[in-house]
Amino acid sequence: MANILSILIFLPILFSIPILFFKKDNVKLIKGYALGISLITFVLSVALYFSFNAGSGEYQFVQKMPWVKIINSYYYLGVDGISLLLILLTTLIFPISIIASFNPIKIRIKEYYFLLLLLEGALIGVFTSLDLVLFYVFWEFILIPMYFLIGIWGGEERIYATVKFFLYTMFGSVLLLIGIIWTGLLVQPFAGVFTLDIVQIATFTTYIPLDKQIILFCLFTLGFLIKVPLFPFHTWLPDAHVQAPTAGSVILAALLLKMGTYGLIRFSLGLFPVAFIKLTPVIAVLAVIGIIYGALLSIVQKDMKKLVAYSSVSHMGFIVIGIFALTNESMQGSVIQMINHGLSTGALFLFVGMIYERRHTKLIAEFGGLRKVMPVFAALFLVVSLSSIGLPGLNGFIGEFLILLGAFNSVNLGTGWYTIVSATAVIFSAVYLLWLYQRVMLGPIEKEENKVLKDITKAELATIIPLLIFIVWIGVYPNTFLRVSEMSVKKVLLNLDNTKIQMMKSIETKPKEPEKN
Amino acid sequence: MQKYFILIVALPLLGFLINIFFGKKINSEKFSGWLSSLFVLIPFLIGISMLFQLLKLPPESRKIVFNYFNWISVGNFNVDYSFLIDPLSLVMILVVTGIGFLIHVYSIGYMHGDDGFARFFSFLNLFIFAMLHLILADNFLVVFLGWEGVGLCSYLLIGFWYEKKFTGDAAKKAFIVNRIGDFGFMTAMFLVFANFGTLNISAFTGSIAGFAVNTPLLVTIALLFFVGATGKSAQIPLFVWLPDAMAGPTPVSALIHAATMVTAGIYLIARTSLLYALAPTASTVILIVGIATAILSATIALKQNDIKKILAYSTVSQLGFMFIALGTHSYVAAVFHLVTHAFFKALMFLGSGSVIHGMHEEQDIRKMGGLKDKMKITYITFLIGAIAISGIPPFAGFFSKDEILYKTFINAGIIPYLLVLITAGFTAFYMFRLIGLTFFGKPRYDAHIHPHESPGTMTIPLIILAVLSVTGGFIGLPHLLGFNVLDHWFEPVFKNAEMVIKGYTPEAEHSASVEIILIFVSIIVASVAIYISFKKYSKQDKFTEEKGFGKVLENKYYLDEIYDATVVNPIYKTSESFLWKIFDVKIIDGLVNGIAGFSSRLSLDWRKIQSGIIHDYAVLAVSGVILIILFFLFK
Repeated sequence: MANILSILIFLPILFSIPILFFKKDNVKLIKGYALGISLITFVLSVALYFSFNAGSGEYQFVQKMPWVKIINSYYYLGVDGISLLLILLTTLIFPISIIASFNPIKIRIKEYYFLLLLLEGALIGVFTSLDLVLFYVFWEFILIPMYFLIGIWGGEERIYATVKFFLYTMFGSVLLLIGIIWTGLLVQPFAGVFTLDIVQIATFTTYIPLDKQIILFCLFTLGFLIKVPLFPFHTWLPDAHVQAPTAGSVILAALLLKMGTYGLIRFSLGLFPVAFIKLTPVIAVLAVIGIIYGALLSIVQKDMKKLVAYSSVSHMGFIVIGIFALTNESMQGSVIQMINHGLSTGALFLFVGMIYERRHTKLIAEFGGLRKVMPVFAALFLVVSLSSIGLPGLNGFIGEFLILLGAFNSVNLGTGWYTIVSATAVIFSAVYLLWLYQRVMLGPIEKEENKVLKDITKAELATIIPLLIFIVWIGVYPNTFLRVSEMSVKKVLLNLDNTKIQMMKSIETKPKEPEKN
Repeated sequence: MQKYFILIVALPLLGFLINIFFGKKINSEKFSGWLSSLFVLIPFLIGISMLFQLLKLPPESRKIVFNYFNWISVGNFNVDYSFLIDPLSLVMILVVTGIGFLIHVYSIGYMHGDDGFARFFSFLNLFIFAMLHLILADNFLVVFLGWEGVGLCSYLLIGFWYEKKFTGDAAKKAFIVNRIGDFGFMTAMFLVFANFGTLNISAFTGSIAGFAVNTPLLVTIALLFFVGATGKSAQIPLFVWLPDAMAGPTPVSALIHAATMVTAGIYLIARTSLLYALAPTASTVILIVGIATAILSATIALKQNDIKKILAYSTVSQLGFMFIALGTHSYVAAVFHLVTHAFFKALMFLGSGSVIHGMHEEQDIRKMGGLKDKMKITYITFLIGAIAISGIPPFAGFFSKDEILYKTFINAGIIPYLLVLITAGFTAFYMFRLIGLTFFGKPRYDAHIHPHESPGTMTIPLIILAVLSVTGGFIGLPHLLGFNVLDHWFEPVFKNAEMVIKGYTPEAEHSASVEIILIFVSIIVASVAIYISFKKYSKQDKFTEEKGFGKVLENKYYLDEIYDATVVNPIYKTSESFLWKIFDVKIIDGLVNGIAGFSSRLSLDWRKIQSGIIHDYAVLAVSGVILIILFFLFK
């Protein structure tokens, strides 16, 4: 059990290599093998869940050994409740994405599944790394498979989209790298050695002069915010989604965006709390704008995938607000909302993919009345839409409500107006999703080619049902999941009670000489 | 007891699940219909047994709480899934499950032969499930769960005949307009939690007890909950969804959009009566909105020709009456009218369904006429409903409406009273226009239509509701006739609110003579309105196009058009042509692509320097040296 994190990371990565030696025509074997590996990973992650002690907010299953000695970097892994939930989401999404790829992916099958498995391992790496360089390696590594997934198996504009995606995120990554190195250097005088261990760094960052802390915070955070993506850094997302293959969109929305919000909690807040608090107004305002802006743009989209992509901008804005509100309720809400968004938006992209497989178009105007020929599909699509709209009893509501409730009373935000403005999104989300549902599913079937569409197949059901189970579970009994991250969130916030937040807010941003010790 | 009580919600849920998953396969109307009906009847019986439980207790301790499990727990935020049974929620349970059961049975006849028969009953059961949560919850968030749940069922059932074009629009409109109200509800909850640290209703009302009257915080919370109520209970400015909601099957209009769901807002305010007693300013707003809505929709109803639309506007107007009662702090009167209205409006909606059924889906009353001989039971029961709503004694509506008129006169003054009185006159007028045009005069429908009476599953519920519409008023007899059962029954629920109100309103002397005068005035107004209306419309068989103000009324004051022009279109157009096509694509993305383009052009230019020709490099190197020297020379 001690090495389980390493196993989770490297099982998919190492076992992706044999795929390259499989025979090209043995498609069944390739698919079955990839699915098998991802399922084993899932089972292992469930084992991790059961051996995880939710009563503690400390990092667990820690593994630490010297890695790159010259920069004193460690191979240092560990999970807390927040990362555990994200790992479980990752290992759940991957088998689903693999099944969802069986039909649509017809070329370069070997490479495709090879890259998917690499991606899975790297994602788990991101969520478990406690050493900045190790984290950065995984973080950057993600770009490679994703670049190819969009660039090879994507739609017509795939090259533009994938380059845009790559450059946008790369820009953030470069800043992140500068931030990492500089942090190491600035902490060195206090720590005595150059270190990249975030647990250690976190104890020293407050000694860094505040103006430098703010710069470091910005270097880290900008990269995360692009990934989230926060308005106005979001324009790569609609293009990437529209061009990506279905599984690519699912993984992108469900998991890659969460790297950004995870980074905000673990690094932006974990390492630079004072700067975090100082810059809250800027980011909170952007998040609220993004919530409304994303929702409004969703309403007017003509392409289903773009609609869902812009809705992600809106939903991710909620998560950011919840993180920056720095209250127990809002932070827990954000953590559970990361999972919720992964489930609901992942499912929405799967549905769009199923329709695309049948009609080879994603334009809303091409449809109408599908409910008549695809009743089961329509019913499930409605449930997922309602979850995304935030209907109580389903998952989305729990996260959204906790975030808004917590943010309303937040000392760090300082005013309830962020909540009040954000809450108007409950109206808009109903507008864009129900209108989408109406235009695609309801009314008479007007186009001949839509009259013969097949209802959801068994394989397609296999991708949706697991997501639906959690959509209902979290909505009805969220405590199962809230309990996992409870202590970890408490620990993140432990050093930040309201009086401390007040104090940090009032610290002046004047440069100070570093104290010698 | 606690264990068995959960059946009250578990059975409708089970009915929903069975019908939605297996209904199509089982493919038996009898099974689906009667199973669903049974799963509402049993909750009704549970309600009756709870009534006896409560009666066994002394009045002041008639409050039973069943706590099932902890729904959400984060830090200080705790929501228990628990039910509260008190005189108020019990009355609502009986109304919802009782009328719900009758409408289930009616639907077995009405929906006969429909493709989505099982689906229909599954949604009806889901509705009962959600509505019971709304009623039974002792926590605002669980109320909200039910609140949104009934909204969902409303959406599903309005859009039930999904292949028709307009049902989708109507369903979506209902959901979205309600969400605007929900925004208010949610914000109210944020304020409650931020200031009182709980969303538990009993705890909340317990902790506001000591507050001064009209504390800004309480007024704000009260108004925000009221915003929620205007959505669900169709008041100005959010009532526009309800008339469109008639696109759903008629039993749905009767159950959800007349008798039960639309009263959720009234229930919410009655449940938090202490809050509104402490916030008289908010109550005044409620009074004004109630009066305005009652008049506005009653006048629209005068000129409608669709039988269901008339009833829909009538519902909006009657809900306005209930808000008037709430606005004058007459909580018992509001709930009383809620109950009698549930009887006679459900009756008339089901009656209209029977008419539509018999007329082969015709809804335009101008194309009816003379149906009284063809559909006797429907006619008589409908007439009873119309008399009841018009306020003729001793029918149910008389007592409840009279109570509201009286309380308005006493608590709000002569002008509000007159406005309400006029609206009551309008009510009688449009109702008997409907009666006259539908059941009297010569037939105006095509010869190939042969109106017929509906089957027993439909007429028996009509008869039962008619009996209730006649007798239901006796639970709340006017004070001068003696003992008022309802006042007594609700006393423990509203006594805290009453005490607060007594603090700032001088005890009005109960004057029997005033009450008698008011009763006679309202009877006269109703009778005159009925007489004029019936005389005119029972003989009319020519119809001309409306002109002038009549046309404005027929077009509902053009409110939908105004909303479209001022809210919907501006938001859509700005989002599409500015935010998306200019701001997102041209500005943000333009900037991004601009930077990318700039740097790639830059590198293209710079690449030329690397020409591979030694001369060039030499020139560059020398110029560089010269530049450096110059730099240091002139520094």
